[in-house]
Amino acid sequence: MRKTVAIIGGGITGMEAAIQINKLGHTVHVFEKDEKLGGHVAQWDHVFPNQRKAREIINELTCQISEEINIHLSSFVEKISQIDDSFVIKSDNNELKADAIVLASGFELFSASKKEEYGYGIFENVITSVDLERMFVEKGHPFMRNGEIPQRIAFIHCVGSRDEKVKRTYCSKVCCITAVKQAIEVKESIPEASVYNLYMDLRMFGPGYEDMYQKAQQKGITFIRGRLSEASEVENNRILIKTEDTLSSRPIKMTVDLIVLMIGISPSLANNQILSDLKLEPNKDGFAEIADDHLSPTHSKVKGVFIAGACTGPCSITDAINASRSASVEVHHYLNQV
Amino acid sequence: MKDFGFSPMKNKVLNFDELNHDFHQWIAIQDSSFNLCIACGTCASTCSAGSYTHFSFRELCKDIRWGNAEKAMKESEKCMLCGKCSIACPRNINTRNIIKMVRKAAKTSPL
Ligand SMILES: Cc1cc2nc3c(=O)[nH]c(=O)nc-3n(C[C@H](O)[C@H](O)[C@H](O)COP(=O)(O)OP(=O)(O)OC[C@H]3O[C@@H](n4cnc5c(N)ncnc54)[C@H](O)[C@@H]3O)c2cc1C
Ligand code: SF4
Ligand code: SF4
Ligand code: SF4
Repeated sequence: MRKTVAIIGGGITGMEAAIQINKLGHTVHVFEKDEKLGGHVAQWDHVFPNQRKAREIINELTCQISEEINIHLSSFVEKISQIDDSFVIKSDNNELKADAIVLASGFELFSASKKEEYGYGIFENVITSVDLERMFVEKGHPFMRNGEIPQRIAFIHCVGSRDEKVKRTYCSKVCCITAVKQAIEVKESIPEASVYNLYMDLRMFGPGYEDMYQKAQQKGITFIRGRLSEASEVENNRILIKTEDTLSSRPIKMTVDLIVLMIGISPSLANNQILSDLKLEPNKDGFAEIADDHLSPTHSKVKGVFIAGACTGPCSITDAINASRSASVEVHHYLNQV
Repeated sequence: MKDFGFSPMKNKVLNFDELNHDFHQWIAIQDSSFNLCIACGTCASTCSAGSYTHFSFRELCKDIRWGNAEKAMKESEKCMLCGKCSIACPRNINTRNIIKMVRKAAKTSPL
């Protein structure tokens, strides 16, 4: 008999899981709270490590979603209950009984206004990495609130990550490489601009990332090892920033036209309800906890509940796709057993 | 009067709004490997001159970058052009050539 799998979240993780689990011969239902699939990736313009169009990735996945797969859009999963070996998933417009669950509900963006000293939402030329992606989608280059083209731009790494003050001690993993990617794109769209990246460490861990860093250096982007202490607004709504060049032990101040805050990946609050319904504890950073750091990266501690992608912690698209495929195989083995 | 107590302190703050980038840009044009430095310090730790004097190629890069042309020119005199740093640099930076360019600039004032 065909078994039913419910996938919570229709980002790239959920989409890939739906494709794979359907191919393995099970009935699949995807619940997505937005009106469309794609999750956060649908908001990005070009993606690292190769500056490919994000749209291409979403389109390729969409093409593979066969008609057999049941997609429930605008369908926010509010509650999950467990009855013996099966689960009842209640969304605002649906109810479904399933034999297994893949939690693919992703992350939330760190709210930049929590770091008040950086002036997001107060000074008009303080934007986030996500605002910058939107500018690239809309106009192909960044702009100041008054419409002018910025000539000096500073990227601020680790906003809402590695920071005890906002209770986020972990590294968000994708923001260093995103900052390098965006700095390159700024330079490509405004060649005469001066671009600065203020970092604590540059974490270029993935294939092709170090190459992008070298490319950024070659384009004349200035990397300054130091963390922003405060930003203030000066004439013409420009931003005065202060940091230390920790390599020469000298405080630095500079005025720029635009600062871009590299906001971190935070656990999603909506997830907490689902985790508590399933009697799962979040890990110490607030994400869904995997059963074994090395050997069961997509198992939760509850039988029949699998977890993948950014709901388990910061990850790249490649990580998310890998986790998704791994979860799909685990789901298949599990369903063949029960 | 005897020099007593207070003197105006030199401001330590590096003001990027007043920084002169001309020398850095000139060096980066002479040798395009200049911008690739990651400040790892391998060059300084292997440096023959650095064992006996306060000389570091890493610091020289910083001086060039932060518009401190005069200091860079003066410091460059300490190098013995032995080339050990070029062999060690993980970013393949043409360190000796950069030092030669700094010395050339000191002689010819190209800016
Ligand atoms: C600024 C920025 C830039 C990035 N750029 C890149 C890049 O260039 N390259 C790269 O590899 N990675 C990039 N990433 C990382 C990438 O965005 C993530 O890897 C990816 O979004 C993870 O996908 P996901 O499906 O796990 O989560 P998400 O994209 O968050 O998708 C989760 C989905 O679940 C839905 N959902 C959540 N809760 C519920 C619920 N209760 N009921 C129903 N639906 C729900 C959400 O609406 C969403 O559609 C970037 C991240 C950031 C922050
Ligand atoms: S990836 Fe880089 S910017 Fe992001 S939290 Fe980690 S160190 Fe900071
Ligand atoms: S060894 Fe090369 S990369 Fe490292 S500090 Fe020296 S010049 Fe820079
Ligand atoms: S070439 Fe100059 S800087 Fe390099 S190791 Fe020799 S003395 Fe030091």
